[in-house]
Amino acid sequence: MALYSEKVMDHFTNPRNVGKIEDADGIGEVGNAKCGDIMKIYLKIENDIITDVKFNTFGCGSAIASSSMATELIKGKPLSEALALTNKAVAEALDGLPAHKMHCSVLAEEAIRAAIKNYYDKNGIAYNKADFPDPHDEEEEHSFNED
Amino acid sequence: MKTIYVDNAATTAMSDTAIKAMTPYLKEVYGNPSSLHTVGQVAKEALDKARADIAKCLNCEAREIYFTSGGSEADNQAIRSAAANGARKGKKHIVSTAFEHHAVLHTLKKLEKEGYEVTYLPVHSDGLITAEEVAAAIRPDTALVTVMYANNEVGTVLPVREIGAVCKKAGVTFHTDAVQAVGHIPVDVQADNVDMLSISAHKFHGAKGVGALYCRRGIPLNTFIEGGAQERNKRAGTENIAGVASMAAALKEACDNMSANANKLIKLRDELIDGLLKIPHSKLNGDRKNRLPANVNMCFEGIEGEGLLLLLDARGICASSGSACTSGSLDPSHVLLALGLPHEVAHGSLRLSLSESNTEQDVKTILKAVPEVVAYLRNMSPVWEELEKGERPHLI
Repeated sequence: MALYSEKVMDHFTNPRNVGKIEDADGIGEVGNAKCGDIMKIYLKIENDIITDVKFNTFGCGSAIASSSMATELIKGKPLSEALALTNKAVAEALDGLPAHKMHCSVLAEEAIRAAIKNYYDKNGIAYNKADFPDPHDEEEEHSFNED
Repeated sequence: MKTIYVDNAATTAMSDTAIKAMTPYLKEVYGNPSSLHTVGQVAKEALDKARADIAKCLNCEAREIYFTSGGSEADNQAIRSAAANGARKGKKHIVSTAFEHHAVLHTLKKLEKEGYEVTYLPVHSDGLITAEEVAAAIRPDTALVTVMYANNEVGTVLPVREIGAVCKKAGVTFHTDAVQAVGHIPVDVQADNVDMLSISAHKFHGAKGVGALYCRRGIPLNTFIEGGAQERNKRAGTENIAGVASMAAALKEACDNMSANANKLIKLRDELIDGLLKIPHSKLNGDRKNRLPANVNMCFEGIEGEGLLLLLDARGICASSGSACTSGSLDPSHVLLALGLPHEVAHGSLRLSLSESNTEQDVKTILKAVPEVVAYLRNMSPVWEELEKGERPHLI
């Protein structure tokens, strides 16, 4: 059996929404180079709807595939839906990830959350801070939702 | 699509010679060498001949060769044995290096928990250590020096002969994990002053699951697997005769053709290194001169190795990387870190290990594919963007 599902390989070899948005309304970056993965998400937002989304990722195949899938899942969606996206949903949409790669889907969830928080902060929009916990410090722990 | 296999440091394809040598022992010569009847004794003769052939290649006596299940077992047995024998004389200190294979490192870690003290010599940025550094680390209570012959990842060939001379002078047992060296570069246990040496058949076109430990006469060797009297009572279990026959044939073939193979491989290797160094912000890992003929190990800044491997695999190129993602742990390879590479650079490593069956055309294909794949991954890497904008300093 191959390491990754066909869907992961598809999103890795033909990633959707790669690139940057120069005049992005929100930008989120999570991970660090030392750990081997960084994900950066750019959002274009109109009337609480994500009208465009792009990503840049430094990381393994599943990190790139998770970024690609996550951007697909939130494009055209209201912010409330994007905020509700879980790492598990990203992994399921990819037909699963190997257990030791689940943290890649966590990064995707966190990158989207960070980009939305950035949009709120820039525009002085009030939000519940509890909805935006600090992203994991990867050097300390790689805990994630594995089931 | 043609498969270009350049992961021969992981394992090799069996040679026709090795397959031919082992086949009779899978079919008609199926006896147990411990049996007294003719079928058993024919098998025993095969075992004796293989032992003699391997001994000849390493320049030792047949009785100094003990067959094992592979390089890891040979490393375990050699180190455990020397440690136990040292302890009997009150010597519980071992000298090694920071970039040994895990078969050595994990055994040493375990011994540390059992009360031994281990000095892990730091490796220079060129992937080498010196005999003087070994000499300086030896103490009156040193039971063993274990230093690999050649590194499996960065391909550096260590000054084993000089290290052996230092150990001989100090009266300390010297073991070397020669799994990557034997069959590829000249190894002579007498000239190299080696007391114990580990080899593995599948690294030189023999079968998997079989290896050997050379243990010089007079160096005590402890029994590793209890049971029957096989391997002069040092390793019980009915012998893997087919595997052993393949190992002997493969080693003989490798040694007979060594210089011709090396000349061919060095040419291909150097073309790859020169071609890949043209990629901006790339680096060769490991000393260029003291290097295995078949090893290329590079780092490319701003990318992660697993993506590189998957995209090369999609083009039929089978290689390996020391990135964390491929090691299954959070840290990149301990070897690259031991050479002092920063984590973020070590993540972007690529190892190409050639064999005699690789061609000039393979090199051309690789030299076209790797720069394209590196550029593709860099194009979507936020790290690369920061490096190019000057927001993050280039490290290589």
